[in-house]
Amino acid sequence: MEAATVAIIIASSTPLVFAALGETLTEKSGVVNLSLDGSMLLSAMTGFASAYLSGSVEIGLCVAMFTSATVASVVAFAGIKLRLNQIAVGLVLTYFATKASALFGGDFVRKPGPSIQKMSIPGLEEIPFVGEAVFQQNPLVYLSIVLGFVLFVFMFKTRRGLDLHAIGDRPEAAFSRGINVNLQRYVYTILGGALVGLGGAAFSLDAKMGWSDGHIANYGWIALAIVIFGGWHPLRAMFGCYLFGLIQVSALELQPVLPDLAQVLPIAPFPLMIVALVFINLRVVHSVTDRLGSIGSLIRGRAPSGLGESFWPD
Amino acid sequence: MSLQLRSITKTFGPIVANDSLSLTIESGEIHGLLGENGAGKSTLAKVLSGFVSPDSGTVELDDEQLKLSSPSAAVSSGIGILHQEPLVFLDFSAVDNMLVGSPRDGNHTKDLAEEHLLKICEQFNFSIDPLIPVQKLSVGERQQLEIARLLWLGARVLILDEPTTAISGSQRENLFQTIRSLAEAGMSVIFVSHKLEEIQEICSRVTVLRQGRIMGTKHLPCPTSDLIDLMFDRELEPQGRKSSDSLGSICLELCGQKVTTHFESGKVDMTFRTGEIVGLAGLEGAGQRDLLRSIAGLDDTVTEGVFFRSRDIGDDSYIHRMQYGFHYLPADRGREGLVDGLTITEHVALASPQRSIATDWKLSREESKKIIDKFSIKGTPESVPASLSGGNQQRLLLGLIPDNPTVLLMEHPTRGLDIESAAWVWKYLMSLTEEGTTILFSSSDFDELMTYCDRIFVFFEGAIIQELASVEATTERLGSLLGGVK
Ligand SMILES: Nc1ncnc2c1ncn2[C@@H]1O[C@H](COP(=O)(O)OP(=O)(O)OP(=O)(O)O)[C@@H](O)[C@H]1O
Ligand SMILES: [Mg+2]
Repeated sequence: MEAATVAIIIASSTPLVFAALGETLTEKSGVVNLSLDGSMLLSAMTGFASAYLSGSVEIGLCVAMFTSATVASVVAFAGIKLRLNQIAVGLVLTYFATKASALFGGDFVRKPGPSIQKMSIPGLEEIPFVGEAVFQQNPLVYLSIVLGFVLFVFMFKTRRGLDLHAIGDRPEAAFSRGINVNLQRYVYTILGGALVGLGGAAFSLDAKMGWSDGHIANYGWIALAIVIFGGWHPLRAMFGCYLFGLIQVSALELQPVLPDLAQVLPIAPFPLMIVALVFINLRVVHSVTDRLGSIGSLIRGRAPSGLGESFWPD
Repeated sequence: MSLQLRSITKTFGPIVANDSLSLTIESGEIHGLLGENGAGKSTLAKVLSGFVSPDSGTVELDDEQLKLSSPSAAVSSGIGILHQEPLVFLDFSAVDNMLVGSPRDGNHTKDLAEEHLLKICEQFNFSIDPLIPVQKLSVGERQQLEIARLLWLGARVLILDEPTTAISGSQRENLFQTIRSLAEAGMSVIFVSHKLEEIQEICSRVTVLRQGRIMGTKHLPCPTSDLIDLMFDRELEPQGRKSSDSLGSICLELCGQKVTTHFESGKVDMTFRTGEIVGLAGLEGAGQRDLLRSIAGLDDTVTEGVFFRSRDIGDDSYIHRMQYGFHYLPADRGREGLVDGLTITEHVALASPQRSIATDWKLSREESKKIIDKFSIKGTPESVPASLSGGNQQRLLLGLIPDNPTVLLMEHPTRGLDIESAAWVWKYLMSLTEEGTTILFSSSDFDELMTYCDRIFVFFEGAIIQELASVEATTERLGSLLGGVK
């Protein structure tokens, strides 16, 4: 494969990376933000619109993050404070945000607007292959990669990360240890939402510049699937995103050569994901991964035990 | 140092769980809290550990009034609680588990946690690898881990709520040893239990609760009958199983060759008679549960051939076997037995064999009232499991057994029940056997096994190593068999 192709894969997967990482963070805390597809779409729209009106990409990014964080805060409030079913609230919000994006985005359809500029990294960009593949991208791409590692370190190497696992796994035990479970759940849901917004903006300001109805092509749902495929592990989720990108780009490249295969490829990720999950959960495979320590737990992945359940101390 | 409780009152709606309780607990003392099911022991423990805030009353430690507004506030005031099922994080390593919720200062780093854990392990003879996932620890070891954690956070008062229910005999010994050393080092220990022998064995004083009130405090040892008088306002009848000559025909046969990792004995070959009571003894996880679940049809790990009244039911699922009158009662009533958030009436409706489209709520309510009455459950048809005391949850489960079961498979049928309730339950179970029910149950209580069984199977590491007629069984014999010594 050529370095240029790898560069395209990385660039085109970036929105997905932000969304999947954001949702991983949220779900780790025990909250499901199912509104991903809607809020990503809405933030893609607001991000583009505000960048278009202000002429500033930075403002676009901020507005997009704010939009998605707002939707997430509704999920958090309904799920935590009102103790509503998070799945139901998420679905309703998806629908609402999708409609809202179409309603308010009408004026911005297919307008040329500002976009994020490339920024090669001096020194690194000259490395053969890797330089072209990774280090001649735009800042958002770098940010997404750094973010994956930052989240990994945060979740697995810090005390706060430990608390995050605790509130997602066994909130009543975390509460008994003096952790403010619900406050932290708010924070992670809103933070995760902001990252999803960044994912939306990464679409409209970079990967697929501009705005149109249904602009993000259901990538929100794909991100949700990748969170599961990623076993709630940031690095594995990132890997899942790039794998998805690889398949999509291959389909494009193969179009002239093997048109039949190229048609099938775009839907291949979904059965593949299921097969992979089934495989990982086979008893035989478990007995191997059980012995592999932290790499084993990376492969196994595991949903937070308290996912989707609201917690309220008596 | 002393812990002083002053007129603690806690009500749940109309129920007065703690009625103006006042009590002083000295340092270095192991103080028992004894009482029948629903007496209010756990409630008091929860008040002291900050899980439940009392309606009124105060707690003082060293003449200083404590604010026990939350569990962590209680811990930082020096009061820690060990729950029956320790509130630990299964997916964490032992040392990470200790870190969660510890103060973020220089004295509570990961390295220091590990150091402390190893020190405690050495001091009390635990063997917990700091990096082992908590999941891999037994319940007893999880308790040890919790004790280590509470000590690390500076607990001076340790509350244990029925700590021995789910652990093996040797772990219990180890726990008692630990508690004694802690008390010797000046800690106050509050030991909640309804088991008289345990209280006699370990406590220096005991306070007896009945219906939320203190009936008296006694120095130990004292005659057990005194404690029973304080616990119950009723006389206890002597119990025992009458001769087993009257057993009926063969009702259940097992044969099979299935060898699995769960159950290592290659061959299973057993018969059970109508009206027979068979006990399964063994350490936790020695295979009793696998056998029970396999007979129930929930697992096919142990036996392929199951014949019920000479009919091959090996391929039938639990649902099918239920139609033959099989019934299985799991040990973990919270997770497998009862449904969180459903009322007693709803449980009754759920368990009813009728499968009409519309639920007859009136009938279910009537039925649940009957069960509440018959099994003297302290609750109403609208109570949910979380509002029932441990013993009352077990009574409810027994009440949900359909009429005229043919084969009753139970794990720890009287775990968590006070002696009077346990005796009552067995009276009920024995009346079932007279009607033709065959009972298989696992238990870690030797007295229970020896008193009620016709036969006892002893399990060791996944195999049955001995079959005993009840007359052959003695505590010593069972004890050594449990350890694998024939
Ligand atoms: N959260 C709650 N809501 C309503 N009632 C409750 C609640 N917790 C306890 N109770 C009631 O308070 C009474 C005392 O319960 P508690 O759990 O303290 O009993 P216990 O002495 O620990 O009994 P056991 O030996 O069965 O565990 C019971 O009647 C119980 O039904
Ligand atoms: Mg209790």
